[in-house]
Amino acid sequence: MTGAVIEVEELRRDFVVRRSAGRLRRERHVVAAVDGVSFSVPGGQTVGYIGANGAGKSTTIKLLTGILVPTSGRVRVCGLDPVRQRRDLARRIGVVFGQRSALWWDLPLGDSFRILAAIHRLPAAAAHQRLEECVEILDMAAFLATPVRQLSLGQRMRGEVTAALLHSPELLVLDEPTIGLDVVTKQRLRSFLRTSQERYGTTVLLTTHDLPDIERLSDRILVLDRGRLVFDGDLAGLVARVGAERVLVVDLAQPGPALDDVPGTSLRSVEADGMRQQLAFRAQDTSAAAVVAAVTSRAELTDLTIREPHIEDVVQRLYVTSQRS
Amino acid sequence: MRLLPPPRTAAALVAAGFRRWATYRQAALAGAFTNTVFGVVKVSVLLGVAAAAGGSVAGYDRLELSTYTWLSQGLIGVVHVFGWTEVAERVRSGDIAIDLARPLDLQVAWLLQDLGRAAYATGVRFVVPLAVGALFFGLRVPGSVWTLPLFVVSTVLAVVVSFGCRLLVNLCAFWLLDVRGLVTFYVLTSTLLMGMIVPVPLFPTWLRVLAYATPFPAIVQAPVDVATERLSGLDALALVASQLGWAALVLVLGRIVLARATRRLVVQGG
Amino acid sequence: MASALTPYAAIVRSRVAAQATYRTSFAAEVAGQVFLTVVEFAEVYVIFTRVEAVGGFSYAEVALLFGLAATGFSLADLVVGQVEHVSRHVRDGSFDVFLLRPLSALAQLASSEFQLRRVGRLAQALVILVVALVVVDVQWTPARVLLAVLTPLLGAVVFGAIFVATAAVSFWLVEGQEAANAFTYGGNYLSSWPFDVFAVAVRSFFTFVVPTAFVAYVPTLGLLGRAESSGFASWVPWCTPLVAFLTCGVAALAWRTGVRHYVGTGS
Repeated sequence: MTGAVIEVEELRRDFVVRRSAGRLRRERHVVAAVDGVSFSVPGGQTVGYIGANGAGKSTTIKLLTGILVPTSGRVRVCGLDPVRQRRDLARRIGVVFGQRSALWWDLPLGDSFRILAAIHRLPAAAAHQRLEECVEILDMAAFLATPVRQLSLGQRMRGEVTAALLHSPELLVLDEPTIGLDVVTKQRLRSFLRTSQERYGTTVLLTTHDLPDIERLSDRILVLDRGRLVFDGDLAGLVARVGAERVLVVDLAQPGPALDDVPGTSLRSVEADGMRQQLAFRAQDTSAAAVVAAVTSRAELTDLTIREPHIEDVVQRLYVTSQRS
Repeated sequence: MRLLPPPRTAAALVAAGFRRWATYRQAALAGAFTNTVFGVVKVSVLLGVAAAAGGSVAGYDRLELSTYTWLSQGLIGVVHVFGWTEVAERVRSGDIAIDLARPLDLQVAWLLQDLGRAAYATGVRFVVPLAVGALFFGLRVPGSVWTLPLFVVSTVLAVVVSFGCRLLVNLCAFWLLDVRGLVTFYVLTSTLLMGMIVPVPLFPTWLRVLAYATPFPAIVQAPVDVATERLSGLDALALVASQLGWAALVLVLGRIVLARATRRLVVQGG
Repeated sequence: MASALTPYAAIVRSRVAAQATYRTSFAAEVAGQVFLTVVEFAEVYVIFTRVEAVGGFSYAEVALLFGLAATGFSLADLVVGQVEHVSRHVRDGSFDVFLLRPLSALAQLASSEFQLRRVGRLAQALVILVVALVVVDVQWTPARVLLAVLTPLLGAVVFGAIFVATAAVSFWLVEGQEAANAFTYGGNYLSSWPFDVFAVAVRSFFTFVVPTAFVAYVPTLGLLGRAESSGFASWVPWCTPLVAFLTCGVAALAWRTGVRHYVGTGS
């Protein structure tokens, strides 16, 4: 696939909020849920779209899928205007809302897929093949005949993702797809999305609170804060941007002095009489190789590990820095 | 467990019922609007009937037909004629177990909340159709000063009878998988027999006898008869006493059914 | 055309299959719908135990009005009556799901909330209509036969348009759905009676604004050959197709505006 699947320029969406001020008066406030956001997603990319509650993620998704009209700015998805060409767009994208169901709650899961195949006018053979594939990878054979209302959340979510992928969309939009799922189901869903993305080159836009989703799935991260895009890049870049620290944990062969003179690092802790020491450093000050070299020249090591910064901390720091600016 | 909760608890339950319904103000106004439009059709047809019958029918003159129409339309919301399945839904979902665990008499607690609901409905759904009726069609002004207080008593009793009947229908959810069909039959039968569609005195004899053998006329026809002074003096008091009788009957029946249902729930574990 | 209907047919089939699963409940609900029309007709029955005619219409003639209105209304109720649930979908946000599919949101709503039990209401209405047509005193001509056949169908179109137009209003008044009943169910109730009993304002409103006069009353005047004696030109009973067409136009416009409002406010 070539060209941008999503193109967004100076996108803005205002909401009017009425708040009661005093006993009778109501004040009218205009709040920008999305405030001048621009980005472009080329075909085949998987983009993690993250931000705190109320940052404007869901509003952006509604703007991209044609459920909401932008106040100003330009949106193109698959080359279409989402609001004006909503039905054409619906044929080419798949959407999963973690909180909302596209399935028929009183029908067996398999029947929902059959109706969706009819809705998208899929040729029987193509629909069958695609469905078989999803059923196998997501391990759904056991509950295809179960009414949706009786499914567990994990089972239902696997069904929702299949429902969104049945018509082989160019773009898959996932709004909190792993919310409330157990660890095993989360893992299974992530690897399925990864496989499907690799095999079909589907472009994926994913909003989530679950940062491991982003770590495992995303090529690129967009961070939204109070309606504004505050970061656009990859995870390494995000880490560098906020100056998050990596930590080198070394186990020494024998108790030694504190390694407090390694250039570009700060000593975090000394445990077990100096047998285990932790040195924190930032990517922009030094490299892991230089730190390891410096440590080995001072003491004999038996083991070493590097702890990557936790993505929660990274995003937290990003919010703090963006609030300061 | 005592039957009646202490006054403070009772007041809190009535207030809770009131507040729960007060959150749907737009819905209440929409309901009042619809009841009013239906009232216009109903009163026009009945006045057409009176005209064809030479000015009055079954003892109703034009003003009394108008008064009947607007009072009955106003009572729709107050006595809650149409589908109330709250208890049935709690039975179906199993939430009824939570209600049974509370240190309150269930039937009394529900009744008090229903009175709160009726109080709220009086403010919107009773007043609007009556005001429109008074303005455009005219209403009969009662001759006696006792009519208004007696009408209030009669209306409260009407709410209690209506509640008792609705509760009985809801409690069937303990035995039936699905009460929707039953609720439809109940709503249709009761609306006709309570005199909501046409005044009961206009019914042919067989239907009138049938109607008065049920508690339904006590829900609409009785308060309207009190207000229009079709019955006055001791006769009116007797009518209100008969409402009291029906109220006691349906409430006692409700207690028996509820006790059986509870035993069933405890034994079978829901 | 057939292929354009396939997705909706698939949805309707699935509804019917789900509803027919519990046979006893389904039978009870169909019976309830039959009984609904019976109770509605009880009003006509009770009134005609007291008088010979209302507004110049005999029992059989009022039964004909009732049959025409009820048949048109229950057909509309069966096909699109379920659009009144749009407010619920707007409230809980599930309307979004309709917008994310490559189908008309209106047709999706009508198909995915289809209630087969409503055939009970239609069947009972048809029984009353047929009996009334047999009993009533009409001098049958080919034109009048055509009018009698077309009227319930066009009545269904008019009522369907009223259902859609009033449902569209609930994009604005999300809690006020019940007000729509004044024009849908209320329109049906009103059409069962001769317009002669209503005040001029009421008559005008239900002729020119919500045109339920053309569902039963005006065509019945045509069938009885009483149009001119009731103050209408002889061609007026034949205006129902035009009225149906116009109300559909207004309904489509209202629905579109409603969806645009929804997409505009993101409620």
